[in-house]
Formats: sequence, C-alpha cells, structure tokens
Amino acid sequence: MGMTHVVDRRLNGKNKSAVNRERFLRRYRHHIKKAVADAVHRRSITDIERGENVSIPSRDTDEPIFHHGQGGKREVVHPGNKEFVAGDTVPKPPGGGGQGQGQGQASPDGEGMDEFAFQITQEEFLDFLFDDLELPNLARKRLKDTEAFKYVRSGFSTQGVPAKLDVVRSLRGAHARRLGLGGARKKKIREMEAQLAALKSAPEDLDPAFSHEDQIKALEDEIAELKANVRRIPFIDEIDLRYRQHLKQPQPATSAVMFCLMDVSGSMTQMHKDIAKRFFILLYLFLKKNYKKIDVVFIRHHTSAKEVDEEEFFYSRETGGTIVSSALKLMHKIIESRYSPAEWNIYAAQASDGDNWNDDSPICSKLLADSILPLVQYYAYVEITPQDHQMLWYEYEKIQERFPQSFALQQIADPGEIYPVFRQLFERKAA
Amino acid sequence: MTDTMDRPNAPKIREPISTSSEWTFPLLEKYDEEIAKCAAEFGLDTYPNQVEVISAEQMMDAYSSVGMPVGYHHWSFGKQFLSTSKGYQRGQMGLAYEIVINSNPCIAYLMEENTLPMQALVIAHASYGHNSFFKGNYLFRTWTDASAIIDYLVFARDYVAECEERHGVDAVEQILDSCHALMNYGVDRYKRPAPISAAEEARRQKEREEYQQRRLSDLWRTIPKLDDDEDPIRRKQRYPEEPQENILYFIEKNAPLLETWQRELIRIVRKLAQYFYPQRQTQVMNEGWATFWHYTLLHRMYDKGLVNDGFMLEFLQSHSAVIYQPPFDSPWYSGINPYTLGFSIFTDLRRICENPTAEDREWFPDIAGTDWVETLHFAMKNFKDESFIQQFLSPKVMRDMKFFAIQNDDEEDVYRITAIHDDPGYRALREKLARQYNLSYREPNIQVWNVDVRGDRSLTLRHIPVDRVPLGDDTEEVLRHVHRLWGFDVHLESVDDGRVVEEAHCPVKELDEE
Repeated sequence: MGMTHVVDRRLNGKNKSAVNRERFLRRYRHHIKKAVADAVHRRSITDIERGENVSIPSRDTDEPIFHHGQGGKREVVHPGNKEFVAGDTVPKPPGGGGQGQGQGQASPDGEGMDEFAFQITQEEFLDFLFDDLELPNLARKRLKDTEAFKYVRSGFSTQGVPAKLDVVRSLRGAHARRLGLGGARKKKIREMEAQLAALKSAPEDLDPAFSHEDQIKALEDEIAELKANVRRIPFIDEIDLRYRQHLKQPQPATSAVMFCLMDVSGSMTQMHKDIAKRFFILLYLFLKKNYKKIDVVFIRHHTSAKEVDEEEFFYSRETGGTIVSSALKLMHKIIESRYSPAEWNIYAAQASDGDNWNDDSPICSKLLADSILPLVQYYAYVEITPQDHQMLWYEYEKIQERFPQSFALQQIADPGEIYPVFRQLFERKAA
Repeated sequence: MTDTMDRPNAPKIREPISTSSEWTFPLLEKYDEEIAKCAAEFGLDTYPNQVEVISAEQMMDAYSSVGMPVGYHHWSFGKQFLSTSKGYQRGQMGLAYEIVINSNPCIAYLMEENTLPMQALVIAHASYGHNSFFKGNYLFRTWTDASAIIDYLVFARDYVAECEERHGVDAVEQILDSCHALMNYGVDRYKRPAPISAAEEARRQKEREEYQQRRLSDLWRTIPKLDDDEDPIRRKQRYPEEPQENILYFIEKNAPLLETWQRELIRIVRKLAQYFYPQRQTQVMNEGWATFWHYTLLHRMYDKGLVNDGFMLEFLQSHSAVIYQPPFDSPWYSGINPYTLGFSIFTDLRRICENPTAEDREWFPDIAGTDWVETLHFAMKNFKDESFIQQFLSPKVMRDMKFFAIQNDDEEDVYRITAIHDDPGYRALREKLARQYNLSYREPNIQVWNVDVRGDRSLTLRHIPVDRVPLGDDTEEVLRHVHRLWGFDVHLESVDDGRVVEEAHCPVKELDEE
C-alpha cells in the first residue's frame, strides 16, 4: 500500500484529439465545405468570424461492422416486469414485422438518429472559407491573427539578447558598481598611505622596542592587500549589463470605411452575387485585421444608385440597364458628407458583370481618376463573367496603369479567382 | 461497557478528514491513503495506482481515444471527440467520472471539476475496484499484459505515423478503416496469444517480413501440376482445412497482395482488439465489482468516522444515479444497466454468505454461510459475464429487477413471454440472460471457410445463423472492406442446417450471372 501517485496533468497538452479531429474534418471536407458555403450565403459579411453547426448523414459517418439483422427467432430478457406471466402473448404492431424489439435504440435526447451533427470552430470555418477562395497560407495567417501589435520601448531589463544591449547604460552601471565596491577600500588606502608617510617621516625612536619598522611593514602589507582587492573588482560584470526592453502593445485604433458597390441589374444572377459576396467578405476580413472600427456602406445600382442595407444589397433583384457612374457619384457624395479622408481610411470594392451603358464608361474612368482614387486607400474591381470584356473593363485597365498602387481589377468565374485581387493589397500591407 | 463500544461500526468520535467539498492535492492523497487501508481490510489486491487529475477537455480527449492513453491517429476518434464535446457543451452528458486503464501502474483519471466526495468515489471505484479486477480476473490475467500495454501503444502510434509519412495518410486510413470493420473478428477466442511487447514487436518485424514472404510464395505457387487438378481428393481439400474464427489474423498471414506495412497495421489492430476483448466479456462483472467496492469502501470510511453525513449524502446520490435501472417501458430504457446488474449480484452474493435464507441454501448450497470476502473474490477471479450470471444470479435479484424474457419469432404474429421471475421461470430466465452476454451469441458467427487457392483466389466466409437470425444491413459494406484487404473476390454464405440460405459478394454479382 501507499503506492499511489497523484499527478496533476491539467497543464499537459489539452489538444490530444486535435489531429483526430482534423482527420475527421479532412475526411468529410466536402460535406463541411457545403455547410460553410451555405453559411456564407446566409450570414452577414460582418458576421463571418464564428463557428458553424454542420450535419452529416449518419449513414456516411457510420463505421460498418457485421451485426445481426431483423428476423429469425430472438429472445431478450428485460427488467421491470409489471403484469406479464409466462405464456402471455402480446400482439405485434401491425405492419411493423415485429421489429424494434428491445436492443436499446431509444434516443433520449430526441435528436434525429440519422444525422451526425457537430460544431466547427471559427478558425476551422475560416479555413474552409479560405480553401474556397484558395488563399495562400501567409495571407490566411495574417487574416486569422486576431490582434495587430506594435512594439514600444518600456525601460531596461537585466536580461536580453546582445542586439538589445544598451552600452552607455551598462557602462554607467559598471562604474557605479566599481565605486560601490571599491570606494570604501580606496578611502582606507588613502588614509593608511597618509599614516605610512607620517610614520616614515617621523624621527626614528632610539629604543628598538618603539621602532616604527614593524608598524610600517604591517601598514604596507595591508595596503598591498587592499590594492589587490580593488584590482580584482572587474571593470564590467554581468550584473552591469542593461538591455533595452520592448513591449507588445495593441495598435492604436483607427477607422476604415468599406464601400461595397454592386451592379444589381437583371443580368446579375444570384450565383454572381454569391461570388461577389465572398469578395466583399474577404475585403471585410482584411480590413478587420487592420482597423479597430469599420463602417460598411452598401451601394447598389442599375441605372440609378441607392444606398441600402446588406439584405437588400445581396438579395433583391432589379431589371433594366446599367449606369455604373451613378454608383460612383453616390459614393463620392457619401464620402464628402460622412467620411472625411482625414479621419477615415477608405476602401472600395466593386462587383459587376461588366455591363455598362457604353457612353458611361469614360465617365466612370474620369470620376475614378479625378475624384475618387485620390481619396481612397484602395479600389478593387471584380468582373464576374466568363464572357468577353466590354467597354468598362478597358477603361478600368487604363486606370490601373495610371494608379497601380491603389487600383486593382480582376475577371473571375469562380471564387478561387478572387484572391489575386487582394494579393497586391496584402503585399503592400506586409511591407 | 457502553453501547457504542460494542458496535465497532459506530465510532465514538467522528473526525472527518475534511468537511468542505473542495478538493486539494494533499486531501486527495489523504483520502486515497484511507481508502487503501479499507481496501486492505477486505483483501483487495491491486496494481500500484496512478491517479491523474485532468481538465474536462482532457477528459474528452481520453474519452475519444476509447480510454487509450496513447493512440494512433484516426478520423473515427475525431468523430468520437466531436460528439463527446457536443454532448458535454450542451450539458446533456456529465462527463464520465471514471476512466481507468488496465495498465501497471493502473491509471485512473479524475476530473478537476468534481467535488471531493466524487473524487473519493472515483478513487474507490477505479483505483481499488477496477484495479483489483484487472489484476485478479482470469481473462485479464490470461489475455492482457498490464505492464506492457503502454509501451505497445506508443510503438503502434509511432509505427502508424511512420506509415503515414511513407505511404500517405489516405492509404493508411483505408487499411485502418477496413481493419476496424473487422476488429471484432480479430481475436482468438480460445488460444492464448503471445504476450504483447513493443520491443519484441519492433525486433521481429524484420524477421516476420522474410518469413511471411516465403510462406506466401509456398501458398500461392501459381503453376499447379496438372495431375494435382485431376486428383479429386486434392481438389476437394479446403484451405484452411479448419474454419478460422480470427479473420484478421487469417488475412494478415494469407492475403496475397498486401505489402508488409499493411500486414503490420492489421496486426496492430488485431493486438488491440485482443487487449480489449476481456473488457467486452466482463462488463457486468467489472462494473458491478467496482460499484460494489466504492459502495462498501466509502461506507467503511463512514463507519470509521472519516467522512461526515454531508459527504455520504452526496456520494449516495451519485451512487443511486449510477445504478438506476429504468424499466423496459420507460422512455429512458436502453437495455439492462450493467452497473445495476453487476452491483445487485455482488451485493446479493454477500447477503447469501452472511444471512442465507432457505432459498439460498437450496440454490447456493456451497456458498450460503461462507466467508463473503473469499466468495466474492472467487467469483471475481474465475468467471466472465456469461458464466458469472449463470453461476451467481439469484432468484432474489431476478425478483428485485423483475426480469422477464420475451420471444420475438418472425414466423409468429405475437410476442411470447417465455419466462418471468417466478419459481418455474428462474432457471430458464437465468440461462437466457447468461446467453445474452455471450459474445458469440451477440455477434454473428462468421469464419473463414475457404480460399480458392488454385482458382480465382477468392475468399469465402461462412456465416452460421442462430435461430434463423440473418445478417444486418452493413454486411455488403463490411465485405467491401474485406475485399480491400484480401485483394480478390470475397464471398459470404449463410449456411443453416447445411443449406446456403443467403449469399453476399464483393464485387456484387450481376443478377443474370446467378
């Protein structure tokens, strides 16, 4: 006895199951991808960063084994008899073929037995979303890191890496230490030297019993020893070293506004809009990592533009022609009235199927170049169409040549092609 | 002498170890020390204990790896983890308060959230109850090696990881999926296996590889002599000559196309199946024994004045929840609660020893009135669920639990009550209940029947139905897994009374072919 060990394992790794969980998600990635796509469709673009419930048909996750089926003759013992006596018969429920006997199929929680339901975390959700968007790892990491920090100086510490050594402070410390350790002794040395000089200059006593020689010898020895002591005090010691210390501090809060512009004319199908939505989500996530406060402005347009809420932006349909400049004008007006570029970082993302009234495209180009691009950090345009470009694209191409730092455009036919638009943006921010 | 002096059960002064329900490490040690003293009074023989305090998340991890402290990676454990954590977060499920590992030292997990009385209960239940069962029961003594299992698990995990690196996660996952489908058919039921050892495994892997190759080429020497085929006796001879119950073993040794690492993976799953086999055969006994002892040991603590009334109230509340048996017609009914059945039998066994009635003397003449500690130990050591129930289920327990047997024959329009808890029914009821815990009755009897060594190399499995009970609807799916491992056609025939009553094939046979 007495052979028990009580061990505290609470600080050991928690996530022993992490790999197994990851294996499960990997195996059912097609199911999960679909659930994530559904959620993206359902959720607001500002509400993309949380987990999601996923259900998979149990049939697909079951692990098959040989087992008994229904039929034949079976006898089972049960507890809790009330009135049965041997020889009693109980009619079988009609049509059921006498199944469901005994073996404990009850589901006490009342949840459907034919679904395997589980939760994926926010991080996993984003991963599947980013898979969909074919985001490179570096960009993923940057989007998932929750806080941006900068390093600020915060005094000095006695430990650190050589690169952070503060030479002046270390030497000053060494000097102080040398004074502290050697000062008293040096004073004593000075006193004794004075004494010695006095003795040496004093007239020799005739009585050898009062000879100064012994005293001089003793003083000289003591002075030599003290001097040796003082010499042994190192010029600089480990305890003198001082390192500059830096602390991680959250970036000061700044604000950004994100303009979402979308063509909602008849030619834009729901599929187009779902792709556009991913594009806006990605921009939103990117901004969220860089700014504390983000406003989102939704502007939809056909022949005229209107500021709307998100629901109306993505899910209501219009018919008719397209005049893109109407949206640009409205955006400019909103900037002037509500989002002073001095206080706001302005981003804009425009999605369209490329349709525009031909005479309008040069107007758009001029509006962008003259009144909008000077005010914004970044303007991204995606054209969701597999077809040939129209006038608007060619106008925008010219804009990109003139403003390569703040304007990007991309033609996409599926969500995987959205990312290149952002590459430039990420690269710029990384620098 | 005063009254209290006469009754050792009632201590003069109650000096509880603690009065708060908050636990601390020194308190856990103190409780363990006292529980150990009580256990020694009753002669419980245990492996040394290792009690590990873990968090709820860690408990979920432990849960999902079927209680293995180290495990290879597989999606099915991830699935288990997801459903466990979901149940826990919703508060549907209290996490297990006990997970205990059949190892030496015997590892038991305590969850940090538990109150002190709960921790004491788990220590008594797992570290002294289950632990002494692992050390004493003949199945565990014969089939498992508590001192070697952890090393073997580490070996298995590393080997699987190495295979994943070399052959890819998918390739390994496929083999493991197939092995898991046949895991229940990866055990020797009668033959004692070689002891498990990680070092030995690693050393012998190489040897096995060479030997295996020689053996296989003998078996699969492809060009038969002509007169061999002509010989009617040789043609009739089956391979294997006797049906083989350990399907995984047979495949590991005989599948023509498997690579060495694939055979090793089969072997690993097989070894683990064998390790868990005793647990599957002793659930009622093992839980009953552990429950009996947490109940008995903590009462002994109370009698010694080491715990107070509040402690006992909390403990008894958990205890009654554990042994609650909903009746068959309750919405919460999901079969017989093994804790209840096992606890009832052991408790009644003690009663039969201490206070036998006339009925007991008639039913248990060898036991009635004997030393109860000795008798219970005898029962714990020498039986498995099936034989334990057959031997020790008393009429009183059958009455208390109000057992009855119901027969469902698909050739009849009615269910028949075939026996209840009365004089004419006791023996039949006991027999039927015992059979219910016989693994070879609970699982379909399927064995390797024949390999067409000289023909298309197809593998035929044979299923012997009992009472016409057919195979379930997973069968074709499982056959696909057998096919993946075997590499050639696989057939399964159900043979009742010498007549093939049902067939399944992989690849599935075209209808017009039949």
